[in-house]
Amino acid sequence: MISESSSFMKGVVLGGVFCMLVTLLGHIKVGHGTKAHHHEHHHIQAPNKEDVLNLSEDERVELSKSIRVYCIILVKPKDLGHWAAAKETWSKHCDKADFYSSENVKVFDSVPLNTNDMWVMMRKAYKLTYERYKDEFSWFFLAYPTTFAIIENLKYFLLKKDSSQPFYIGHTMKSGDLEYVDGQGGIVLSIESLRRLSQVLGDPDKCPERGGMIWKLAEDKQLAICLKYTGVFAENAEDSEGKDVFNTKSVGALIKEAMSTHPQQVVDGCCSDMAITFSGLSPNHMHVMMYGVYRLRPYGHTYTDALVFLPPAG
Amino acid sequence: MASSKSLINLLTFTFGSAIGFFVCYLLFSIILEEQVKIQPHVLHNDPHGQHSADTDNNQLQGQMNFNADAGQHKDEDKNIAEGLYQKVKILCWVMTGPQNLEKKAKHVKATWAQRCNKVLFMSSEENKDFPTVGLETKEGRDQLYWKTIKAFQYVHDHYFDDADWFMKADDDTYVILDNLRWLLSKYSPEQPIYFGRRFKPYVKQGYMSGGAGYVLSKEALKRFVAAFKTNKCSHSSSIEDLALGKCMEVINVEAGDSRDTSGRETFHPFVPEHHLIRGYLPKTFWYWNYNYYPAVEGPGCCSDLAVSFHYVDSVTMYHLEYLIYHLRPYGYLYRYNPDLSKNPEVQGKNEALEDNQKLKQKISES
Repeated sequence: MISESSSFMKGVVLGGVFCMLVTLLGHIKVGHGTKAHHHEHHHIQAPNKEDVLNLSEDERVELSKSIRVYCIILVKPKDLGHWAAAKETWSKHCDKADFYSSENVKVFDSVPLNTNDMWVMMRKAYKLTYERYKDEFSWFFLAYPTTFAIIENLKYFLLKKDSSQPFYIGHTMKSGDLEYVDGQGGIVLSIESLRRLSQVLGDPDKCPERGGMIWKLAEDKQLAICLKYTGVFAENAEDSEGKDVFNTKSVGALIKEAMSTHPQQVVDGCCSDMAITFSGLSPNHMHVMMYGVYRLRPYGHTYTDALVFLPPAG
Repeated sequence: MASSKSLINLLTFTFGSAIGFFVCYLLFSIILEEQVKIQPHVLHNDPHGQHSADTDNNQLQGQMNFNADAGQHKDEDKNIAEGLYQKVKILCWVMTGPQNLEKKAKHVKATWAQRCNKVLFMSSEENKDFPTVGLETKEGRDQLYWKTIKAFQYVHDHYFDDADWFMKADDDTYVILDNLRWLLSKYSPEQPIYFGRRFKPYVKQGYMSGGAGYVLSKEALKRFVAAFKTNKCSHSSSIEDLALGKCMEVINVEAGDSRDTSGRETFHPFVPEHHLIRGYLPKTFWYWNYNYYPAVEGPGCCSDLAVSFHYVDSVTMYHLEYLIYHLRPYGYLYRYNPDLSKNPEVQGKNEALEDNQKLKQKISES
């Protein structure tokens, strides 16, 4: 009896020690190539309304045309309902939108990636995108099927930002030392970031297809790790009042939270006037959002905007 | 014997190491998760602080302080809306009850009610704090018509000169006052007319859905109240909107067409989702047979300048408020523009539109 229990205890200790070693090693590997960067929360802001009002009419037209956004939506056959909704609704407002699918689907056109692994899908999608479109677009927006995006607000946000700089923007989260953009809220990369990513994707030490020591990391975290190696860091996008513009929840969910945390100022405290994304929407909700954002409005409120966006054809 | 014993030892050792490993993994994942996600939810000094502030007055004045919004909406021009606010005075009264003040009426008060020139909350009993007007009736569905009559009577007796139009809504109706003013600006309050979502059964000229809300002209209100004094209309009915509609016909108040310039409905008996999604309301549903004009589902269901939605719960009240008055697509040129081909009544508005048209051309040329 005693010898059995002692061997049991030895086993427990060994198991614990082994696990500790593995986890710590995994952590060290992550933190290894990052160079001592003092990581606080990185914030990035929308342009000031005043800056924008000083533009001449010609400058406005130039600007409206110069910001070109390419949309990547990662889909799987199981997402067919959301896929259809995204196709019929917000994605039409991208300069170009493509659906990158795990496998070919008869009903819709897509770029087949022939893998079910989200990280591999993301890698392939970004690589293909860079190869095909590096000369045509300055900004690249990646979304999941449950995300709803307002591309006009994305363009306004990117208005005075130089795409030849390494931008990696969205709703950021922290996991230990790693600050990453939460995929649910949408991921924005400038052409420079995409260029660097495309290079590091070929490096199996820094940016392997199978990341993490033992446990598989989520694809949005993997992306952040790879980008970090190239000197590209995640920044949290906010409006001039500090509110997030990329949201990982739906309007309804955010309103419910606001109703319990600050019931006297529900709408003012909830969400930005120039929000870019919401997530966790059902296909029906996407259609309702299209009506609510692009059609329903109060008569007699006009705006002087620096950019002009036409409704998409059809 | 010795080999089986060492086998057992080996097994317990392996089992032990598995348990140790597993426990350690759990511990680590808990510890690591603690370091994660602290999104600073920043609510800076909010310039909108005055917007939904409670007014301590006994009656809720329509306190539209258009300048309270200075911060976020710097590029917003509300001149036209403000002009209409002065020109088309609307008194809103909201049908509610003691049980619903906290659950429903409160959210109406926090959102659209502030945009009425005057708003009154009508309940069976008075509540000085909310405040509500006490109609001295009972509560219940069968009391609705009686409450409606008494409410209009109260409004007529106390506020007849304070408004041009008199809007009735439920505590689960969301009303977009700016769009209501735009609709009514084309009519005179001296006309005997009323607007709402027009239903066709039972009444020749049709009647207006109660839940979607309806609005009476000054003349219509005058005739309605007089009709009860002279017994032209009956006092009792279990169906409020139908009874009112019958009465309107008797007293020669016209059932108006509230559709927008492209024929789309503006008053809605349900929430946007139920109208916008094809197939949401089954074809056997009563609604399809009731609508006076051909009922449409899908995007054609609803005007861009919609006036009301019904069966709106508390979350949806704020949701609509956010979508309508806050979130907007920057720089976007709306497809539906009712003012484009009209006579240039308002200078500023047309100039802005012309600028947009010029920009539109420039973009499509280059």
